[in-house]
Amino acid sequence: MDASPQKSTLSNSPRILAARDTKIVASDVNVYYGEKHAIKHLSIDIPDRAVSAFIGPSGCGKSTFLRSINRMNDTIDGCRVTGDILVDGKNIYDRDLDVVQLRARVGMVFQKPNPFPKSIFENVAYGPRIHGIAKSKTDLEEIVVGSLKKASLFEEVKDRLDHPGTGLSGGQQQRLCIARAIAVNPEIILMDEPCSALDPIASARIEELIDEIRQNYCIIIVTHSMQQAARVSQLTAFFHLGDLVEFGDTDDMFTTPQDKRTQDYITGRFG
Amino acid sequence: MTAWTLLIIAALTAIGFFVGQARAQGLRNAGAASLHSLPAYHGLLMASMALAAAGIATLAVALVAGSDSMIMPAAAALLGTGAIAASHRLITRDFRARNRFEHFVKLVLIACSGVAVLTTIGIVFSVLFETLAFFGEVSPIEFLFGTHWSPTSTPASFGLIPLLVGTLLITFIAVLVAGPLGLLSAIYMAEYSSKKMRGVLKPLLEILAGVPTVVLGFFAALTVAPLIRNTGEGFGLIVASESALAAGLVMGMMIVPLISSLSDDIINAVPQSLRDGSYAMGATKSETIKRVVLPAALPGIVSAFMLAISRAIGETMIVVMAAGLAANLSFNPLAAVTTITVQIATLLVGDQEFDSAKTLSAFALGFVLFCFTLVLNYIALRIVQRYREQYD
Repeated sequence: MDASPQKSTLSNSPRILAARDTKIVASDVNVYYGEKHAIKHLSIDIPDRAVSAFIGPSGCGKSTFLRSINRMNDTIDGCRVTGDILVDGKNIYDRDLDVVQLRARVGMVFQKPNPFPKSIFENVAYGPRIHGIAKSKTDLEEIVVGSLKKASLFEEVKDRLDHPGTGLSGGQQQRLCIARAIAVNPEIILMDEPCSALDPIASARIEELIDEIRQNYCIIIVTHSMQQAARVSQLTAFFHLGDLVEFGDTDDMFTTPQDKRTQDYITGRFG
Repeated sequence: MTAWTLLIIAALTAIGFFVGQARAQGLRNAGAASLHSLPAYHGLLMASMALAAAGIATLAVALVAGSDSMIMPAAAALLGTGAIAASHRLITRDFRARNRFEHFVKLVLIACSGVAVLTTIGIVFSVLFETLAFFGEVSPIEFLFGTHWSPTSTPASFGLIPLLVGTLLITFIAVLVAGPLGLLSAIYMAEYSSKKMRGVLKPLLEILAGVPTVVLGFFAALTVAPLIRNTGEGFGLIVASESALAAGLVMGMMIVPLISSLSDDIINAVPQSLRDGSYAMGATKSETIKRVVLPAALPGIVSAFMLAISRAIGETMIVVMAAGLAANLSFNPLAAVTTITVQIATLLVGDQEFDSAKTLSAFALGFVLFCFTLVLNYIALRIVQRYREQYD
């Protein structure tokens, strides 16, 4: 067990960070699964209206940290989170914070597309219905169509909105899941390896989509593909064995990594 | 003679295996490097040939000459040995023993499923013929639409409607009890309870399913029925000492574990990724269950209900003891009613001559019951196909 109080250093404050508002501030975050110390003293500032990529070998804690930003770890037995994660200056682990409202602001897209066994329309309408966002039926239709358009799926499905969402191809399903997440107007979108179950063409479409919508959201993407991180993100964080090793501008990270471990990883020496 | 025959068949099968294997092994040792099948397959094939030949010979002799005949073991020995000799010559380097043996296994599997199907067909036809004989004496119109049932009075009347109404009334009460109880406890076990709690609850519920229906029957007649009567009389209601309500309630308890256990399995089979997707949208646990988990599990839950209903319709013991024999045409749950199964049981108890309309009517009732559950199963199947929401 690592008991040393060593904190991840954020000294090299990324250039891009300076130019933007900070959306998420995490300080001294620890995550435990029972006895396992999965995230160790992690501190990070994540900017708004940009894509931040989390990379690192399997089991390094990047998905764990991602899931603590919308408190999805709450659903796992024996999972404990300490430290502060602030979204817009408000601690999301405060006792009086309503996790339902938090998750309406922090959307999530999963590794494997998981559309509900409902129609395409109902999949996207799910969030707005739950949160009572739409005032009328036409309002709801506008939200659904708008979200599908933003997820660049509308043209492909406009004639069959009443067909089951599970009948779409893998890439379309994942874009449907993105549309579903967008439909409740989140500020942050977490993506947990959104392309790992997709073929290269479908992956490219998702990447394009991320690029199109990044102006409006704070997007965090966990990925195993360094090329993908390089293509879609402005900032990259490298995780290793529960530590945040390095966080900086994507361009710098892949050309002049500061840490030996980062260099080894991105040049393929381990992981 | 039978014991000898069986011994001979077993011995020949064993001999077949070893002879076949040895022959193939011999070929291999003699330098035929590329034997198509492994020696064991040659052995298995020869064993199955011997088994089949000796078995068929035995059956044939038993049918023609009876199982006491001396010919039986002789025929088995002769044909079994013949099969071994014949297949011994077949074994060569290129002989496809593996494929042949797998084909033989497939035939055995088909035969096994055939037994179940043929038995069902046989039962249907035997019931059908007796039913037709019954309809020779009583017109189908009178049977199906008559509202009076008294097979022992003179003149006897065979009106199905009171029995059908009684059956449906009791089944309806049972489902009314078991549906919510079973489904809600399944939801609790699958979604809310801790692993430990579920580990205790589920076996306990399944014990209830193991209680013999006779026991449930006298529980209904001796405990529940008087309770209902006393309570009802407290409110100034007229309650028969044997009431549909008592039988229905206890029958409901009988099918609770069926519904809860099946539904619990079905709800558990809904992938966790769907729940995660819903939670990540900010849905609460109950919203997730209502809007995602239950719709996804619905076809399975419907078929669990249909299975439970079939079970309730066919149940006899509880109704015999708790609902009575009076064929009243009544929708009143507090009155005594009777069901199709109860009438079949009472009609066929004791020595009966099998040509009277009274006895034959039991077959007609059985046929109606069969058609009823068949239609129910068909509906369930269609519902499942229509609303199956595919996940994964």
